[in-house]
Amino acid sequence: MNAKGSVFKYGDNVDTDVIIPARYLNSSDPAELAAHCMEDIDGDFIKRVKKGDIIVAEKNFGCGSSREHAPIAIKAAGVSCVIAETFARIFYRNAINIGLPIIECPEAARGIGAGDEVEVDFDSGVITNVTKGTSFQGQAFPEFMQRIISSEGLINYINSQS
Amino acid sequence: MDMGMTMTQKILAAAAGLEKVEAGQLIEANLNLVLGNDITSPVAIKEMDKFKAKGVFDKDKIALVPDHFVPNKDIKSAEHCKCVREFARKNDITNYFEVGEMGIEHALLPEKGLTVAGDVIIGADSHTCTYGALGAFSTGVGSTDMAAGMATGKAWFKVPGAIRFVLTGKPAKWVSGKDVILHIIGMIGVDGALYKSMEFVGDGIASLSMDDRFTIANMAIEAGGKNGIFPVDALAEAYIKEHSDKPYKIYQADEDAVYDAEYTIDLSALRPTVAFPHLPENTHTIDEIRQMEPIAIDQVVIGSCTNGRLDDLRTAAEVLKGRHVAKGMRCIVIPATQAIYMQAMEEGLLKTFIEAGAVVSTPTCGPCLGGYMGILAEGERCVSTTNRNFVGRMGHVSSEIYLASPAVAAESAVAGVISAPEEA
Repeated sequence: MNAKGSVFKYGDNVDTDVIIPARYLNSSDPAELAAHCMEDIDGDFIKRVKKGDIIVAEKNFGCGSSREHAPIAIKAAGVSCVIAETFARIFYRNAINIGLPIIECPEAARGIGAGDEVEVDFDSGVITNVTKGTSFQGQAFPEFMQRIISSEGLINYINSQS
Repeated sequence: MDMGMTMTQKILAAAAGLEKVEAGQLIEANLNLVLGNDITSPVAIKEMDKFKAKGVFDKDKIALVPDHFVPNKDIKSAEHCKCVREFARKNDITNYFEVGEMGIEHALLPEKGLTVAGDVIIGADSHTCTYGALGAFSTGVGSTDMAAGMATGKAWFKVPGAIRFVLTGKPAKWVSGKDVILHIIGMIGVDGALYKSMEFVGDGIASLSMDDRFTIANMAIEAGGKNGIFPVDALAEAYIKEHSDKPYKIYQADEDAVYDAEYTIDLSALRPTVAFPHLPENTHTIDEIRQMEPIAIDQVVIGSCTNGRLDDLRTAAEVLKGRHVAKGMRCIVIPATQAIYMQAMEEGLLKTFIEAGAVVSTPTCGPCLGGYMGILAEGERCVSTTNRNFVGRMGHVSSEIYLASPAVAAESAVAGVISAPEEA
């Protein structure tokens, strides 16, 4: 499995309130949530994002609320992968559980800039910055999480176990 | 050498049916309670339909608490609540709390005796970590984990390492649990405890009320923590016995448990502390604030799962008694549960608030997450006893939130600028 797209770059502590503000949480429709994705941190995001694009951020991406609406909004906006130095733990679980590929890689978070073309190989964990001709080794998921992701989410995984 | 386990690791080992667990190990644990609210449950309920096995694992071990946008703030919220209500009815959920009996979930569940020492609890709300005050392992998850928990009664966890906080001494009169946890977050940062347990120990705990401990455990997530947990002393055990007839089990960390870091905090040295926009780690003591230009504010909120309990309202009323909020100030007081509301009424606290020019609301999370009941306009500033001061959290993207204790919030409402009671 691969992802390829151009990068939207953010800093430390991107919280779930800026990923999807609570004023929109009276909906749980992915398309409606996607329409407001990143609105309070980057008003242009939803106008510019194309299917397959990649979000790269620094420390503690997705901190704050447990709202699964945050990874749902990102996925429904067309984002193929989120790369960060670290993720907040509830966001990390939620992304895996709904099948939004995420990958921790501090070097990539530092070595990739806004607008760079980036390719991610999820099997090997290798992240390639096509624009700058550099590559980074991301952290591979433990086998247990790989099984959840390859089942396309936690519920399919549980169904396959029973 | 075989190393001992932390308090959290011991609870998780027992729930997974294992003799021993260690940090980093992936386990599957049996759950004592699965919680959801009106925002997260509808997403979980939709997911439930995808399971091969139908129905819930145990109708007595699920708690559904519509509290965020309730009483319904608009038609879409009303539809979400209807979805939760119908699911509760269809599955005969014992612990569904309708308007009139509901309160803010993390104040309500301990009060109703649903969370006790030794429990393993997941909730589709990040502040589920609150119940660590009672010696339970409790942690926030998303809606899919909630759905899986409701269907199977189990959840997967990566066993966390821990940071130990040794609390000593006794806090001064106007210093509360809120100041303790803001001080800690200021010290270690909003990701200082990422993926880890925050284990609080030490003789200083004896001088913290249960409400102080709930506040401290509640904000473990604001340091990135997986859970926050307190040892079960006589005060905690008395609380459990008063509120619950559920069996409970007291776990203690092994003496040779290994911690990733340890901090000693002298509670007697702490000062009223305020987190400035836009992160809970941006803390300043009242002494630093008194050296700054006065920070004028437009609104004060006293309430939430962090600080809407009886101790909090008593402190705020003590500050506001016989005084009046500043001209043009909106001061919104939100008791966290019906029982707290009733007790505050009987003690005359609500009268004090109303006479001081504050408004008192029925329990709701409302303004904390910018839902309703106190949204901020462009450029407005609020001192709030809630837990997050992120960009746009309480309203307009340019509005500002200063997180503080009930004492600081109440004094600031009177002064019109960020202040603490004079003798603090």
